Amino acid sequence: MSKIKAENVNVYYGSKQALFDVSIDIAEKEVTALIGPSGCGKSTFLRCLNRMNDVIEICRVEGSIKMDNLELNSRKLDVVRLRENVGMVFQKPNPFPKTIYENVAYGPTIHGIAQSKEEMDQIVETSLKKAALWNEVKDRLDEIGTGLSGGQQQRLCIARAISVSPEVILMDEPCSALDPIATAQIEELIDDLKKEVTIVIVTHSMSQAARVSQKTGFFHLGKLIEFGPTDKIFKNPENQQTQDYITGRFG
Amino acid sequence: MNLILVTFIILLAFTSYYFGRKKALVIQSSQRLTALPKFYGYYLAAWCAAPALIIFALWSVFEPSIVKTFILQDYTDQNLTKNELQLIYTKVKALAAGTYTGNITNFLDESANKYIQLKGIANSAKVAIILAILIFSLSFAYRSVQKNDRMREPVEIFLKWVLFVASLGAVLVTIGIVFSLLFEAIRFFQAVKIFDFIFGTHWYPAKTFVRDGQPDPELMKDAFGAVPLFAGTFFIAFIAMCVAIPIGLLSGIYLSEYAGRGVRKYAKPIIEILAGIPTVVYGFFAALTVGPFVKEIGNAMGLEVSAESALAAGAVMGVMIIPFISSLSDDVMTAVPQNLRDGSYAMGATKSETVKKVIFPAALPGIVGSILLAVSRAVGETMIVVMASGLAANLTMNPLESTSTITAQIVVILIGDQQFGDPKTQSAFALGISLFIVTLFLNVIALSVVKKYREKYE
Repeated sequence: MSKIKAENVNVYYGSKQALFDVSIDIAEKEVTALIGPSGCGKSTFLRCLNRMNDVIEICRVEGSIKMDNLELNSRKLDVVRLRENVGMVFQKPNPFPKTIYENVAYGPTIHGIAQSKEEMDQIVETSLKKAALWNEVKDRLDEIGTGLSGGQQQRLCIARAISVSPEVILMDEPCSALDPIATAQIEELIDDLKKEVTIVIVTHSMSQAARVSQKTGFFHLGKLIEFGPTDKIFKNPENQQTQDYITGRFG
Repeated sequence: MNLILVTFIILLAFTSYYFGRKKALVIQSSQRLTALPKFYGYYLAAWCAAPALIIFALWSVFEPSIVKTFILQDYTDQNLTKNELQLIYTKVKALAAGTYTGNITNFLDESANKYIQLKGIANSAKVAIILAILIFSLSFAYRSVQKNDRMREPVEIFLKWVLFVASLGAVLVTIGIVFSLLFEAIRFFQAVKIFDFIFGTHWYPAKTFVRDGQPDPELMKDAFGAVPLFAGTFFIAFIAMCVAIPIGLLSGIYLSEYAGRGVRKYAKPIIEILAGIPTVVYGFFAALTVGPFVKEIGNAMGLEVSAESALAAGAVMGVMIIPFISSLSDDVMTAVPQNLRDGSYAMGATKSETVKKVIFPAALPGIVGSILLAVSRAVGETMIVVMASGLAANLTMNPLESTSTITAQIVVILIGDQQFGDPKTQSAFALGISLFIVTLFLNVIALSVVKKYREKYE
């Protein structure tokens, strides 16, 4: 079943066009990987899905992006509600310089989800458990989040993202700043999370895309070159450019 | 004479730079150079200028006192005091320069001739010695250039010393200023008890002025109480901060988080220009516009307002400090990494929530630092207070009355007639050093807070 349906999405930074007629169907409760060389527009596309491009003044998005029949690329859209439903994890772990507890409680506080202190404690615990971080930090929830290791910080950010129970989580190269062990932990986590949420992940690592995703899209120079089941993209791509990229001939 | 000598040394240094570089190119034809040709030039120029200029400087420092000793030797048997000897020496110098108009005794005349003679000898000796040094050091340097010695290291060492001497100079001057303040202040505290100064509540130094004679110690006790001044200083600074902190912070937040790029591009430099307006301009703005305005409004409300009120001075001082706070807090908040903002927006936070919950707390140490720096500026501000808040040191907490500050009182003490060695004059130094200690304290706290903040993101 399709969760997000993008049709003919064009994105411009000032006069420079970054995305050309991208159309893609993202299936529910699956992991969709977006791969491609640097500057190919995969992160730009990802940021369309929770309207993070609004932050960039000169950015302009055209086309239609529908999530459960709700048009995302519309002026009338309540961006705050959208972002409650679509969480995001960034390339560099970016916990707030607050305590671990406050980091996770940030979203529920903003959206007024928890009615009592007990409920909030419960949300924080569940989120940290889902992010596989609970056992490591349960005794030091009042320590500053920025004091954790890189991998722990990234899992804290994932806990922060899932604290408001989003339907979709966007991940923008979540492992590029992490070592192999932390990367393996995050990948395992992604596998667990996909039972409940739809995940779109941008990655530089083709092996990571192959390991975690069910569908893969290959971007090049702002165009979606090929999109399909991960197995097919990696074993039997239709497009020559995809073939070249997968086999490491460019990019 | 001195000017010609220095010009000659500098010109010679430039010439030897080009000469050294040329020589290097000649060496290059037969063997590999040890450094770029310009290093050969620097090497020669440094050896040419540095020793000669050092000797020149030392000579200029010591020559006058040596000449003085020689002249005053003739007067040692006359049992003169130090001040009288100084007077004689001044007379001799004036006579030698042809500007003396008093009685010329034989003895004085003789001394003046001797002075001229000594000066002549000293001058020719100076030229001779410096020329000798120039020849010696240049030939030494030229020989090592010829031998194609390593050039890079000596030049680098030379530069290191130049930089060291420059920083040493800056530090020594500061220390010198502090010590001169300190010594005068100590002399003041010999006349006035430090307890009376710190805890006394009356500041009226003019009271101690007694023509030709020592003032009454009882009077001294009650004339130099600094409490009204400290109170006034902090009171006016407090009023200033009440104006500057809210406006400065809010405009800083607007600039860093809300303003578009176009607005920021023009608004920020304009605000920084405001910080460059001379304080005396703010001063007459306070005295001629704000002061009367405050008085008028107060009178209309049936309040008694003095034309020179603490409120007017404090408010204008606050306006003066606004750009300081807004520009600094804008910088600190802009320095908060973008990915924290992204993280907050991605959670669905609005702009104001992001500012309140993420940006402001993250930037808080830096903002506190900027506020403390602003306070130390407010405490040290002089002109506005002198012009707008009057000079009478009232001990009051009423912003509508006039009050005075430490800096303003220092101005009052040191303009007009004054006498060194008088406690009234020396009290300026005591005030100066206490102000220095207060602002130093504030700056140290501010800097350590800012530093702590910096460590967080690196």
